[in-house]
Amino acid sequence: MPPVLELKGITKRFPGVLANDHIDLTLEEGKVLALLGENGAGKSTLMNVLYGLYTPDEGEIFVRGQKVDIHGPGDAIALGIGMVHQHFMLVPVLTVTENVMLGMESIKNKLFLDREVAAKRIHEISEQYGLDVDPYAMVGDLPVGIQQRVEIIKLLYRQADILILDEPTAVLTPQEVHGLFQVIRSLLAKGKSIIFISHKLKEVLEISDSIVVLRGGRIAGSALPQESNERSLASLMVGREVILTVAKEKAQPKEPVLEVKNLRVMGEGAHVVVRDVSFDVRAGEIVGVAGVQGNGQTELVESLTGLRPAQGGAVRLLGKDVTHASPRVITEAGTSHVPEDRQRDGLVLSYPIADNLIMNTYYLPPIARGVVLQEAAIKERAERLVAEYDVRTPSIMTPVGSLSGGNQQKVIVARELSRPDQLVIASQPTRGLDVGSIEYIHSQLIRKRDEGAAVLVVSAELDEILSLADRIVVMFEGRIMDIVPIEKATREDIGLLMAGIHPDEHGADVVATKEAA
Amino acid sequence: MSEKNTTQGKAQKRRSRGRWRALLTPLMAIVTALILGAVVIVVTDTSVYDAFGEGFGAGLLRIVEVVVTAYGSFFAGAFGDPARMVRGLSTWITTGDGSDWVQSLYPLTETLRYATPYIFAGLAVALGFRGGLFNIGAEGQYFIAGLTTVFVGYSLTGVPWFIHVPLALLAGILGGAAWGAIPGYLKAKTGAHEVINTIMLNYISFRLAEYMLDVGGPMARGDGRPVSPVIQPSAQLTQFFPSNPNIRFNVGFFIALLAAVFVYWLLFKTTIGYEIRTVGQNPRAAKYAGMNVPRTVVLTMALSGGLAGLAASHDILGVIGFMPNSFSSGYGFDAIALALLGNSHPFGVVLSSLLFGALQAGARNMQAIARVPLDLTDILQGLIIIFIAAPAIIRALYRLRTPDEGEGAVMTRGWGQL
Amino acid sequence: MNENSKDTRRARTWGIVFLVFAALMLVLFLPGTTGSQRTTFAFDLELSEALPIGSLTFSTQGGLYLLVVLAVFLGAWQLAKGFKQVYLILGVVVLAFVLAFLTWAARDNSMNMTGMLQATLLRAVPITLAALSGVMCERCAVINIGIEGMMLTGAFTSALIGSLTQNVWVGLFAALSAGGLMGALLAVMAIRYKVDQIIAGTAINILATGLTSYFSSRYLQSIPELNRPPTFVQLPLPVLSRIPIVGPVLFTNTAPVYLMLILVAVIHVMLFYTRWGLRTRAVGEHPQAADTLGVNVFKTRYVNVILGGMIAGLGGAYLVLSSVARFDENMTAGRGFIGLAAMIFGKWSPIGALAASLIFGFADSLRTNLAILRVPIPSQFLLMAPYLVTMIVLAGVVGRANPPAADGQPYEKQ
Repeated sequence: MPPVLELKGITKRFPGVLANDHIDLTLEEGKVLALLGENGAGKSTLMNVLYGLYTPDEGEIFVRGQKVDIHGPGDAIALGIGMVHQHFMLVPVLTVTENVMLGMESIKNKLFLDREVAAKRIHEISEQYGLDVDPYAMVGDLPVGIQQRVEIIKLLYRQADILILDEPTAVLTPQEVHGLFQVIRSLLAKGKSIIFISHKLKEVLEISDSIVVLRGGRIAGSALPQESNERSLASLMVGREVILTVAKEKAQPKEPVLEVKNLRVMGEGAHVVVRDVSFDVRAGEIVGVAGVQGNGQTELVESLTGLRPAQGGAVRLLGKDVTHASPRVITEAGTSHVPEDRQRDGLVLSYPIADNLIMNTYYLPPIARGVVLQEAAIKERAERLVAEYDVRTPSIMTPVGSLSGGNQQKVIVARELSRPDQLVIASQPTRGLDVGSIEYIHSQLIRKRDEGAAVLVVSAELDEILSLADRIVVMFEGRIMDIVPIEKATREDIGLLMAGIHPDEHGADVVATKEAA
Repeated sequence: MSEKNTTQGKAQKRRSRGRWRALLTPLMAIVTALILGAVVIVVTDTSVYDAFGEGFGAGLLRIVEVVVTAYGSFFAGAFGDPARMVRGLSTWITTGDGSDWVQSLYPLTETLRYATPYIFAGLAVALGFRGGLFNIGAEGQYFIAGLTTVFVGYSLTGVPWFIHVPLALLAGILGGAAWGAIPGYLKAKTGAHEVINTIMLNYISFRLAEYMLDVGGPMARGDGRPVSPVIQPSAQLTQFFPSNPNIRFNVGFFIALLAAVFVYWLLFKTTIGYEIRTVGQNPRAAKYAGMNVPRTVVLTMALSGGLAGLAASHDILGVIGFMPNSFSSGYGFDAIALALLGNSHPFGVVLSSLLFGALQAGARNMQAIARVPLDLTDILQGLIIIFIAAPAIIRALYRLRTPDEGEGAVMTRGWGQL
Repeated sequence: MNENSKDTRRARTWGIVFLVFAALMLVLFLPGTTGSQRTTFAFDLELSEALPIGSLTFSTQGGLYLLVVLAVFLGAWQLAKGFKQVYLILGVVVLAFVLAFLTWAARDNSMNMTGMLQATLLRAVPITLAALSGVMCERCAVINIGIEGMMLTGAFTSALIGSLTQNVWVGLFAALSAGGLMGALLAVMAIRYKVDQIIAGTAINILATGLTSYFSSRYLQSIPELNRPPTFVQLPLPVLSRIPIVGPVLFTNTAPVYLMLILVAVIHVMLFYTRWGLRTRAVGEHPQAADTLGVNVFKTRYVNVILGGMIAGLGGAYLVLSSVARFDENMTAGRGFIGLAAMIFGKWSPIGALAASLIFGFADSLRTNLAILRVPIPSQFLLMAPYLVTMIVLAGVVGRANPPAADGQPYEKQ
């Protein structure tokens, strides 16, 4: 019997980049094929080719032994190929039923949507695969884990039997990941085949039947999970031996720099998303905020940096009250901020590097005299920082938008960490970066700590928190579940806390009750 | 070393070629618009159909004739007749009578005079674009500034010109700035989109001007005509050819050039300009950098309105001498085309304004001589905007290559987002 | 706890707002009246098929006091207990204020309420059509600021073709086609060439102004026969038109008015209950999601924007073929933009758009009525009213309005 899916020599070029270089893949029926690689290794491109979103420049695709041409998602769907995208493809203002039936609507009286029929089928699928969801709920109101179920139901509704899951665990707690793996196993039991894309070694080792590692658009190697370990996969992925831990001395915490008391912050929809949060960050230590994305960390940082008003509580910076201070006051009081979304908040992509490096000092001497910008000073500063922080660029006048993600982040880090500040707030500082840049940015944050700054790192990557932090603040639904010193932190305990469960409370599933909003 | 040199040289060559290409697209846009304009002229000329009735050759000949007459009178109206200039100059040298020479310059001075308010209005919209704001309200700001400027112009007596003129100009700036600041404030505080609000304020300003200048209105002249009193001689902008009353070319043109230099300096050499551009390019990053985004939005709109106001000051203090009830000249929409054509750069705006000044002067002559309605300029401007905004059309038409794009102006962000 | 106190503060604010309205009625309207003045609201129209019901005459001051008491009561109740549907009560209070104004304006005089409602609906027709055009485009995430130009094109075409054929329906059809053509132009620019949509719309406005004015001065002004289109006749619906008030207002109209009302209902049903609507909304909210499910984003947008252009063209044709029977340069006078405001005010829904347009229509109809009553306000200020209302509405509403999430963003197929 031929394999259910076979890719032969797939090549995809973008202007200046060879995203996929003669990739061969084979997926057997009822198996999980893991596609492992760093961000930018070409995984998503390859899957978009398979799903018909890109047209390959070379290569052939075979489904159940038949050569096929896939020109769009419609073709892929017809061949039984379905994909859960890393960023969910769900319309938040539509219901589960509407999202699922979109593009394949049930119609009654020749014109009108038949929501009942569709809801009934969704219900059947839910039962069959253990994917519990309310067909009439508005998708935007559902938690991320449930939204992922809706995405999977969407594929099953279309009778897909080849399922592509693109970084499905990025937004889940360790416990939700466990649930997802159970769903995957029940899918396999019903004869579905799965391509599982990830850059997380542990998960790949746990769930897959075979592993293909991509690096720089090429196949770097393949492996069987029972014959590999994290270290061997990591070096395949990166192309050299990787140090999985960060070298650092034990922290020497001194006086508190940032003190947060009972802070309350509202989110976008006028819901309270940060609930009575209290903690402090001392000079000479790194405090890591762990938590699954969307549990109030973003709003917490925005509030601490003056970008979002606090509804209650107090924030003190070096003893001064800054609860309702503006971003500028907070910056001038000695805070650096590496924002979560570097392109949206931290940079003006069309500006040259030099202009991006003056974003919070443009009005101060020596950059400005009165209102007049001093071009010589701007250039001098840019030349110095580009050299000092190893930003790879043809010139300081290159628009930041044309740099790689790692170099963009280095521009921000150069701008923020070059100031003699006492508090550094770094939000998702290494998201989407290559290993080299990650190591560099981690070492800079530790340097800042060792120079006596207080450092607050927010990250959705538990590994990053575990390797950087001296103390860990775990957030769940806007609350602090616990503050754990690094010596006492285990991956399992932090994972439980991230899911809202206190590990010491036996009986285990005592979930923190939601406060009525 | 040599390798580095050659790559640098290549980069430089590429850059200069890019700059040349950046000019090529607007140029081709104008040419294409003129060609389509000619098509409109020909298609709507019944004499062409009559000529085709006599035969195919006669028809073709008539087409050429129509286009040559139209665009011939157009160019004569915009740039004048070189032969006449030479003759006028020689008369001046031989007889000492310069009036013919001056008269021969008339078309050229008309182009510059029409260009002057265009520069102001174009700068207004360009500045807004740089700040991420779409000021369709130049027209309304122009009206309000007209009222304030003419009021200072006629009501103030017994002051020397070097005080009166600056005061009247300032009145225009303030009037326009206040009217521009309103939608800026509404955007900053409530998120209401400036496009709708500036358009609404346009209509309100028309009615307000109508009320002020209507017979019996607070600013009416009182002789039964819906116009304001004439400004004092001390408020007039200096004329360059006082001997020839037809020529209304005045010092306002140079004030406009100064304004362009000032806007360039403000935008690219000062912290205020850095704030304006950052808010325009990425308001979230501006907020992150500690800039006061709402204040910058209001300031940008006020500056923009002030520049639009200067257009009215020029027209009243330098050309008309009073404010008529029906004052509209469509500057608001023209200014958008000017800013786009000039890539929202102050010096680009000056160039595009000179072009539009020529269009106006030429089109008037074309209407008088070739009987082609003045509204052709609107059609040309609409087409130019389309081709500039969608350069892909032009590139596809002429098989040009895609240029690298640098910092432009960001415009649409949907409704009420900041 | 915090949220609760915020809610009560908000409730109290509304109560105070209601009381302020009551105070305004007292201060603005009462001083100008005397005890002997009487106000008449008439309900019968001349030449109407509706059954006559006579008119209502009452003491001006008595009427005012009654309305003030109503507003005071509602304000006090809101402060003490609070209403569940505050916005409904706000509507009642504003209505009371408007009635108080009319009572004052018509003191020692008579005002025909049926006539005013009729004028309100008629003036709302082009605005509603403009707003519907906006709904069609923006629901699939294309901002259409060129409605004004599309209406102008429709108006011109209907005048020209209507005059040539002397047939209103042919004129109407021509306007639909011309509007659709302009819609197609916007679609090509916004979808194919990814032009900034506000720029594209502005270009359409300028181009439409130029083209219609050019052709108007070339042909319509020199050959008057080309600018004499016929107009739609009134089609009173049997029986229904005999109902007092409702009959003359709703059921004694020309075909385009009925067409507008039908369009509101049809677009509402289509948008929320059919495949086309589901796909349109999905494309407007999350085009990529729609694309990955095999929905053709570009096709959906082309179809909707062209339909939107046709509806705008219909609005232009209405101006010519239903009332003035001639084309004048720039005769749309900003209705396209007011329609956009109505669309935003109506939260991108067809029924909301109609409701908002009726408010604008009312403000507009008030002007003529007050001129007849010789209310001592300069006409220019009354002419400003719709524009001021638009600005106030935008300032008050936009903060809470939710446009389609992808509105204004060109779709880039990966």
